[in-house]
Amino acid sequence: MLDQFDISLDPTFPAVDRGRLIAALAAVLPADGLISKTEGLRVYESDGLAAYRGLPAVVALPRDAAQVRAALQVCKSLGVPVVARGAGTGLSGGALPSPGCVLLSLSRMARILEIDPAARTARVQPGVRNLAISEAVAHLGLFYAPDPSSQLACSIGGNVAENAGGVHCLKYGLTVHNIQSLEFATLDGESFTLGGAALDAPGFDLMALVTGSEGLLGVVTEITVRLLPSPTETQVMLAAFSDVRSAGEAVAAIIAAGIIPAGLEMMDKLALGAAEAHTHAGYPLEAAAILLCELDGAKGDVEAELARVAAVCETAGAIQVRLARDEAERKRFWAGRKGAFPAMGRLAPDYYCIDGTIPRRRLPDVLEAIERLSAEHGLAVANVFHAGDGNLHPLILYDANAEGGIERAEALGGAILELCVEMGGTITGEHGVGREKINQMCAQFTAAEIETFHAIKAAFDPAGLLNPGKAIPTLARCVDYGGMHFHAGKTPFAHLDRF
Amino acid sequence: MLTSTVSENRDDGEALADAVRATSSAGRPLRIVGGGTKSFYGRTTDGDVLDLSGHRGVVDYEPSELVITARAGTPIQAIEALLAENGQRLAFEPPVLGAASTFGGVIAAGLAGPRRPFAGAVRDSVLGVRVLNGAGQSLRLGGTVFKNVAGFDGFRLMAGALGCLGVLLEVSVRVSPIPAAERTLSLDMGWAAARSRLTDLMRRPTPLDGAAHDGERLHLRLAGPEGVVSATAAELGGDSTPASFWPGLRHHTLPLLTSPRLWRLAVPRTCDLPELPGVWLRDWAGGEIWLVSEATSKQVRALAGGVGGHATLYRGARTGEEVFAPLPAPLLALHQRLKAVFDPAGIFNPGRMYAGL
Repeated sequence: MLDQFDISLDPTFPAVDRGRLIAALAAVLPADGLISKTEGLRVYESDGLAAYRGLPAVVALPRDAAQVRAALQVCKSLGVPVVARGAGTGLSGGALPSPGCVLLSLSRMARILEIDPAARTARVQPGVRNLAISEAVAHLGLFYAPDPSSQLACSIGGNVAENAGGVHCLKYGLTVHNIQSLEFATLDGESFTLGGAALDAPGFDLMALVTGSEGLLGVVTEITVRLLPSPTETQVMLAAFSDVRSAGEAVAAIIAAGIIPAGLEMMDKLALGAAEAHTHAGYPLEAAAILLCELDGAKGDVEAELARVAAVCETAGAIQVRLARDEAERKRFWAGRKGAFPAMGRLAPDYYCIDGTIPRRRLPDVLEAIERLSAEHGLAVANVFHAGDGNLHPLILYDANAEGGIERAEALGGAILELCVEMGGTITGEHGVGREKINQMCAQFTAAEIETFHAIKAAFDPAGLLNPGKAIPTLARCVDYGGMHFHAGKTPFAHLDRF
Repeated sequence: MLTSTVSENRDDGEALADAVRATSSAGRPLRIVGGGTKSFYGRTTDGDVLDLSGHRGVVDYEPSELVITARAGTPIQAIEALLAENGQRLAFEPPVLGAASTFGGVIAAGLAGPRRPFAGAVRDSVLGVRVLNGAGQSLRLGGTVFKNVAGFDGFRLMAGALGCLGVLLEVSVRVSPIPAAERTLSLDMGWAAARSRLTDLMRRPTPLDGAAHDGERLHLRLAGPEGVVSATAAELGGDSTPASFWPGLRHHTLPLLTSPRLWRLAVPRTCDLPELPGVWLRDWAGGEIWLVSEATSKQVRALAGGVGGHATLYRGARTGEEVFAPLPAPLLALHQRLKAVFDPAGIFNPGRMYAGL
């Protein structure tokens, strides 16, 4: 059993009569709004983190906010845990069903309700796909900026729950920076409007608190997103380096020169080699690392900035600097980067994508440390980063069918995340804590901080029924984990008795 | 790390925590004070003064990280000067109402300047805080990196919370490069024409960095790379703006903004509010209205609420008058539960924002 999955370290709930639960939900949902047969439930047993699985008691498929609220009230009255799910593309197990839960799928609430080009906003239901928003407003010269790599499939409601990022965060921000208001249902069946049509709302900034709360505080039933005017010109430059340290230094130098690229991505030798074999992007195979730098804006300005980026890269020791000659080459450069994950299939049967963030200046040190950890654990690691904002995606290559394969990959992944914390960063830049990184939360936060998070949850959900066992570890889990992983005396939970 | 231009560097964290614990156990409230330049803002609150102004100094600043971390009592002007030396600035352009104004006070007040619609709110720049809770425990929420989704974003909650949730000790904010080019210009036009001009400009990738209307003229500030700034300035034409206008708007020294009784309305910038009961100045491309009016609180709040916004009695509330738009009862109850998370005894700036909070 995977350690993260050890439910004995999580809150427990008394068993509930399943027939009674189904009957109560059936009374508030449409005839086709409930899945209770095992083969139907199997579809929902995991999200994008497929190593973890669990069967819900039932899947509820509401069609509107009133049905969401009614379903939540049923769960509250019966004391049944609720796990909300968007498109199920999340990589941290945030939508993993806890045993016997009601899985609340928002997939049938997938309408774009209103587009206001003058205000540059779109009001949408949570099940709308991320990319569908940009597609619906493209003819107006507008776009929705956050673009997680799953944007073709992932839902905007899930994006809000995870505070999703993407390739263009450095310039355009995360989900929290690109939403204007939320309709939010609590377990009590109460509905709140957070944020609003103006740029601020009275009181505490609850919209910011709820964004990224991973389904622990309530369920978002409607979102008004902000739209941006599409830039007139976009260019991509590729810079190749003979060592990763120079590439890392080039990243810092570009930012220090006052340039904020729309995207600034880095791939190491293993990643770019696999990507090149997979997509034939035209990457220089002799490089130890490449940077992809995307700049957007007005035509003349983009050209001037490209020249400055090229000069900075050359000063940092680039062995090659190439501008995408045309739109087709630009798309190829990006296709290689986007194809880097599936390209790992050429190197190993399975890969495990890690998601930490570090201060940019630590990039070379972190890369060297990852190399050391990789050798210690005997598993290869390919590195793909959102280098501009220090968000690392080390890809651990392993074989799930080999004895202890997953456990070894997880042990290395955990060590890399702890390294990120040690370097002044965080265990998750954009994928969320979910189930996956629940143990590493104990490395990043003190007991008092974790107790504060639990108290915030209790302010919204006193019964603790919303997505239990995710995002915030119980102190029991931290004591257990701390005892295993921390040096004596240095554990942040040393003062707590084991229980 | 660069050497700080902040002369004094002092860590009062332990003493402040002791003071919180002592006051908490004595059951007395605390009035948290930075530079005291915004003491007029919010409802009145009694209590022993907790002075943050000695807790100062830049903790970390490396320009290529686009992040500065400083203690709450650091003068905001010192921080802005240090950033400017390195070609950077605070995106949210806070009003600085006096030399004593502190970094922590700016974050706690949550007020952003003319750049707000184009560069985000105060909370959009906050990456992490160190804050004392009611038990005197020092909590680090968030961090120093831009992409960070571990734990609830309690740090963003601190921006604009007016000290009701805890004592800010240290704040990390994201900073932005100062653009290569900036131009200001003014156009003679009424608000109706200005509103449609702004709607058009904001539908396109124009380098707007400020847009305000004073009742007679539309004042625009452009900032960005040289090419797009010159091209947009050439397209717009107009006259030059008095040099004092933008700093006066930002720091509230324009005559209207010094009025003893002043409303601040936050409304959708595209809303239709042709008749306002008094003298006004519109900032944020129309999304923020400063209003001097003899109308009753009820009338002003109804006006803002009617278009989906809200009104704050920014300065000059009379006895018994609310400063902030009242919250619906369930929302206020949620606020009270959240306050209790950080401050169960209710000792931090009680009532500064709302009665009972």
